[in-house]
This record gives sequence, structure tokens and C-alpha cells, in this order.
Amino acid sequence: MKVKRKFFEKNDLKYTLMTVLTFVVFLMLWQVLAMNNLIVGEYTPSPSEVLEAFIFKIYNVGPDGNLLITNILTSLQISMSGFVLAVIIGVPLGLLMGWYRLLDRFVRPIFEIIRPIPAVSWIPLMIVWIGVGTEAKAVIIFLTAFIPCVLNSYTGIRQTSQALINVAKVYGASNFYTFLHVGVPSTVPMIFAGMRIALASSWSCLVAAEMLAASAGLGYMINMGRNFGRADVVVLGMIIIGFIGYIFTTVFTVIEKIVVRGGTI
Amino acid sequence: MEQKYLTRLKISNISKSFPNKEGKRELAVDNISLDVYDGEFLVLLGPGRCGKSVLLNMIAGLMKPDEGKVVLDGEEITKPNPQMGMVFQKTGLLPWLTVMDNITFGPRQRGESKKIYTERAQKYIDMVGLTGFEKSYPYQLSGGMKQRVGIARAYTNEPKILIMDEPFGALDAQTRYSMEQEVQNIVEKDRRTIIFVTNNIEEALMLGDRIILFTNYPARIKKIYDVNISKPRDTMDRTFLMLRKEISENTDLAL
Repeated sequence: MKVKRKFFEKNDLKYTLMTVLTFVVFLMLWQVLAMNNLIVGEYTPSPSEVLEAFIFKIYNVGPDGNLLITNILTSLQISMSGFVLAVIIGVPLGLLMGWYRLLDRFVRPIFEIIRPIPAVSWIPLMIVWIGVGTEAKAVIIFLTAFIPCVLNSYTGIRQTSQALINVAKVYGASNFYTFLHVGVPSTVPMIFAGMRIALASSWSCLVAAEMLAASAGLGYMINMGRNFGRADVVVLGMIIIGFIGYIFTTVFTVIEKIVVRGGTI
Repeated sequence: MEQKYLTRLKISNISKSFPNKEGKRELAVDNISLDVYDGEFLVLLGPGRCGKSVLLNMIAGLMKPDEGKVVLDGEEITKPNPQMGMVFQKTGLLPWLTVMDNITFGPRQRGESKKIYTERAQKYIDMVGLTGFEKSYPYQLSGGMKQRVGIARAYTNEPKILIMDEPFGALDAQTRYSMEQEVQNIVEKDRRTIIFVTNNIEEALMLGDRIILFTNYPARIKKIYDVNISKPRDTMDRTFLMLRKEISENTDLAL
């Protein structure tokens, strides 16, 4: 029944070309402006300088003391552990809160107060509680990613169609069975939306988390670049964060499509 | 003739009210008593939003009546009972499950043996004409096919009483007509006690052995018709048309 798309259609080519063109134009414009010092401050690096920094950072540890790949892996490790923890704790909590009224009444007031507190403002407390290691940074990321995980699962399961719940009840299903087999599956698209927001924010919160005394990481590299007046390294860090975030989104969209294949009504 | 029938479901003096916008309680179902006999095709006919669905939800055990009780084979119904199958107006198929998994939801959930219920499900899938669609997902099916899945699901549960809540209300006229024929065929092959709710007079007359006509909100029984026309029925039959006229003149307008 499914119509298989051809791998590469004429339109695909057209749109790919347009995307590439956008990048080329953007980079050219940036290069010209930077070379002629037309961007505010003479200090702005041009794309070619950033590229040089990129190649330099592959083999050299200066100025921050790590190879580029070490910085990337460290950051990935921190943000992934925070994100995974947020999903493991946040999604079930949101689902249960949405389904069981009592738990909702119990947890929600506390949750609503914690929600508006920026994750970064926890940093001083974290230093006192768990020090400045990987765990502390992962916890900061966790706090950022946790909120959308809870909120989306909560809102999603509350929107479970009453008709479907009635179907389960008529066939004699218990409340918990209905929760597991009707509530949760019908919330899957919303859970994924929440996870996507969580993933994006856990990655972009990285620089702030690595302001804690870090010794490696992309955020750390940016900070060190600033301290040493290496604008090219700062911009390199920014671009790599953006690029990896983009890869995340793409991979996540593919996973989402596979999991949500049944579709909703 | 009615003496020969065994009463399966006894509804006695049930009422139900809901708070309205001003906070006062408004009656939705007003003191209804009704016997459902073994093996009959009972049609509940009433204008849209007259409280039929509330009555049905109470029969199915999804809602508690304020007064009165519903008794199935001598046992009062207080919660949903797997001995009653239900076909829903909005089909109520779980979109993430295949046709087969949707149909076997009830027995699977009760932990019955997979081999037995799959076999039973297959029998009813064949009966409603969905052979070959076992692995399809609901979004791949047409409205009529979805409703067939709903019917097969209710039958696979082997209910003593089958409740159908305006099952064809959302279908187009053509599909609706062919689904009515289909239901007649199914009932002939596998006779069960059926309570069928509709707001369509013709549909009621096509299918029903007995038609209960309801008043507009709150629902009260207005009149009971015995339809003594042999099936399959002809919509142009003289008795059919006369009954149709009579019921139609007796029906309250839904506002």
C-alpha cells in the first residue's frame, strides 16, 4: 500500500542545490565582510580563519589544552548523560502525573515552582552539593531537559481520547492496563516532541554548564578561547555546537518516524 | 408470543442527571424500564443527543445510574462487564495496533491463550469480510472497514449482549446501506442479543425486531413497536412504509 519514493528525484536535487547555495552565499558574504573589517570590531574571524583553527585543533591541544575530538566527546558525554537521565525520570513522572490525579495534586505544585528557575542558577548549589565534576554538569543539563520531558508527557496523556479509554474499560481492562496499553502509546508522539525539545536544550545549555570548572568540553573551549583572545576558536566552538545539534535533530527525526509508524488518528 | 422469550437484560427505573451550566441538575435519562429478550435485535431509536448514549453507557457499566438498576442474567451491573460487547460510534480503534491486535484486545488483556483467541478472531475477521487485512493499521482502512473491525472486535469477545452505538452514523449513505446489509448477514450467521442505537428510522426498520422510540431530551420511552416483517426487508414494502410513516410522525424533532 505504501508508495516507495524514488531515492533522488528532480525536485530533491533542486532543493539540495538551493541549500548549498545558501551556505555558499552566506560564507562568501561573511568572508568579504571580515576581510575588509566591516563587521563591528576588527576581531571577527573570517570563515577561512575558522577553518584554519579547525584543522589546527584536530592535531594540536592549544590554547585550551585538549584536542578538538576530546572536547567534543567530553561535551557529548555530559549532555547525553543529562538528557538520558531526564528522559528516564521525566517521561514516566509526567505520564503518571497525567494519569493519576492524586500524584498530580501531590507533585505538581512543587514542579510548577521549580519549573521557572533557570537551570544555570543551580550552579552554585551544585558546586556545594556534588562538586564540579562531570556529575554536577550532567545534573545541570538534566534540570534543563527534565522540564519538557515531564510537561509533554503530562499534557499528552491528558489528551488521551476518552473514546479509546472507554473501549479498554468495556473490554474489562484495569486502570493500570489502560494506562500502559492505551494512555502511553497514544502519548508517544507527544513524548517524542518533548524529547526533541529536551535534546536541543540539553545541548545548547552546554556552554553554561561547562562554566563550572571544567577541564575539557566545547563550552570550556569557547571560554578558553575568550580568555586567550582567540576569536577563531570561539567561533569554531559555536559552529561545532550548532552542527552537532543539527545532526541530533536529523537522527532523532528518523528514529521518531520509525517508532511512530502506526500514526495517530 | 413474547412469553416464549427469555429476558436477558432487565433495566428497571433508571434515571441519570447531569449538572448544567447554571449548576442545576438536568435529567438526561428519565425513569426508563426495559426488558431485553434473548436473541432479539432491539433498536433504540431517538433524535440526536436525546440521552440514548447515556442510557447505553449505563447498560455497559461505564456510568452509574442515579436511580434504578441494570441486571444481566440476574446479576446487577456496576462496572464494565466483558460479557457485553460494544461497537462504538467513533470506531474506537487503537491507531498503533494492527487490525488483528485491535480485535484481540479484550481476550489478550484477560490473559487468555493466544492460540485460542487468534483462531476465534480469525473466524470473525473472515465473517466480516476483512480477510487479508489482519496486519493493516487502522489509518490504512476506509470508514466502513474500520467499523467492520469494530464489529469483529466485539464478536471476538464472545459477548452475551452486543451493544452497537450508532455504529454507522459517521458513514456516507452508500457505505451505510451496505453495512446494514452486512450486519443482517452477520446476525443470521451468528445470532446474539443485540442492542442497536440509531437516529435513522429506516435503519431501525431494516434491522430491528423491536424498536423503542425515545422522546427528546431527557430520554423517556415514547412508544414500542414490534416489527413483524420477515428479513431481509424491502424498503418499498407496504407494511414497512406504513410503519416508517407512523414512527416518523411520532418522532420529536431534535433541535
